[in-house]
Amino acid sequence: MQLFPCPFCGPRDETEFHYGGDAGNARPDGADVPIDRWADYLYLRTNPKGTAREIWVHMNCGEFFVMERDTVTHKVLSSAALGGEHVA
Amino acid sequence: MTTRYSAFSLFKEGLAGQTGWQPAWRSPEPKLSYDAIVIGGGGHGLATAYYLAKNHNITSVAVLEKGWIGGGNTGRNTTVVRSNYYYPESVELYGLAHRLYEGLSKELNYNVMLSQRGMVNLCHSTREMEIGARTVNAMQINGIDAELFSPDDVRRVAPIYNFSPDARFPVFGGIWQGRAGTARHDAVAWGYARAASRLGVDIIQNCEITDFIIQGGRCRGVQTSRGAIRAERIGMAVAGHSSVLAAKAGFRLPINSYALQACVSEPVKPILDTVVLSPGCGVYVSQSDKGEIVIGGGLDRIPSYAQRGNLPTLEGVIAGLLEMFPIFGQLKLMRQWAGIVDVVPDSSPIIGPSPLPGLFLNCGWGTGGFKAIPAGGTLLANLLATDEHNHISRPFDLDRFASGRLIDEAAGSGIAH
Repeated sequence: MQLFPCPFCGPRDETEFHYGGDAGNARPDGADVPIDRWADYLYLRTNPKGTAREIWVHMNCGEFFVMERDTVTHKVLSSAALGGEHVA
Repeated sequence: MTTRYSAFSLFKEGLAGQTGWQPAWRSPEPKLSYDAIVIGGGGHGLATAYYLAKNHNITSVAVLEKGWIGGGNTGRNTTVVRSNYYYPESVELYGLAHRLYEGLSKELNYNVMLSQRGMVNLCHSTREMEIGARTVNAMQINGIDAELFSPDDVRRVAPIYNFSPDARFPVFGGIWQGRAGTARHDAVAWGYARAASRLGVDIIQNCEITDFIIQGGRCRGVQTSRGAIRAERIGMAVAGHSSVLAAKAGFRLPINSYALQACVSEPVKPILDTVVLSPGCGVYVSQSDKGEIVIGGGLDRIPSYAQRGNLPTLEGVIAGLLEMFPIFGQLKLMRQWAGIVDVVPDSSPIIGPSPLPGLFLNCGWGTGGFKAIPAGGTLLANLLATDEHNHISRPFDLDRFASGRLIDEAAGSGIAH
């Protein structure tokens, strides 16, 4: 069992976490967003092999956070609370 | 020299001391250019090369494989062949694959050991039976064989299931597809490789793509670990690594890569002669011809390129297996592994031109690529040869994500991912 670091609770079992998508995938703003831009936001993913920046949620405490992770070795590189800020 | 496999050639080679067998496919040095290049030497890539030569008479073709052929998901799946899908577009696609599988051993002169032993998707409640009836009706209307099973029918095909009164997931019936079954996965790769090679296709192993050659806004070849190779038409069939190649070509895909695990037990005497899937337990099971119990489940829910899988998912699968078949409690697991699958939001594949002209896609099969190999190969070959969709591949174009015309088999046929 791998442990993931929740910024609020500390290290917890991987089964308590849910993957939420790429970090920095900001929702397009405004009235004239072209269709391709919406499709890009909704569906297209970077899906990197190696270092990835991802949004995760710790389902037990409800904390959303950014985790940097290696998708080949599964090593966790960093984890930081979102804190209500926009993540670029 | 023996070139055609038959009972007679086996007998003849037996008398001759097995001295006339040739390697099943050639391993030539790569040429500087080809009419077409197929990236990925799994089932889909090899089938693409075979159908390019056979259906379209294009024989100047190279299949470029990073490792060894059939060493990715083609050698890592649970070998189930079926076409029990919901939407008409999916039925056209998987129905084509299923029909081609039925004639494949003869066509390739290679025994892929297709065993149409039938598959039952169990229903564990009256609600699931209603959905099951809807699925069976849809399949029958679309021309696919399907039958709604009663509990007695299920007991007839899978008597060792846990029918006890205190079972966590009691059987209310099931969806039966009698033409479903299993095939020898390695043989599918090797059979296509041998048939393609005999038609003139070059199969180049240990040849990793490092970059695309892009000139005038068009893909004109690839840089590889064995030098530059040029072609005006390039197809890629690399499953879980599609996003990695797409990044080199300058675009993104609607794909997340996940590990999908499977495992086999030690071989035991024949005890299960069909494929059984329990949605409640999240497990499906069959018995291989060697006697191993072949066990598969759902995805690891952590995006991954590690071909090994994580323990919690395996534990859940084994727990589900023992709920379905308590008799398997004494089995010893022999091997466990994972393949990296390319999961798309609507659980349907992507077949069509890529945003880079000259480069064509065959990806997004997620957890179900093996059963579709003959269709994936036929359709990618058609695209490479004609530069146009046919009516089967058209709905699966990448443009469905902008148009919103998704083919949502995750909802339609209840695929787990």
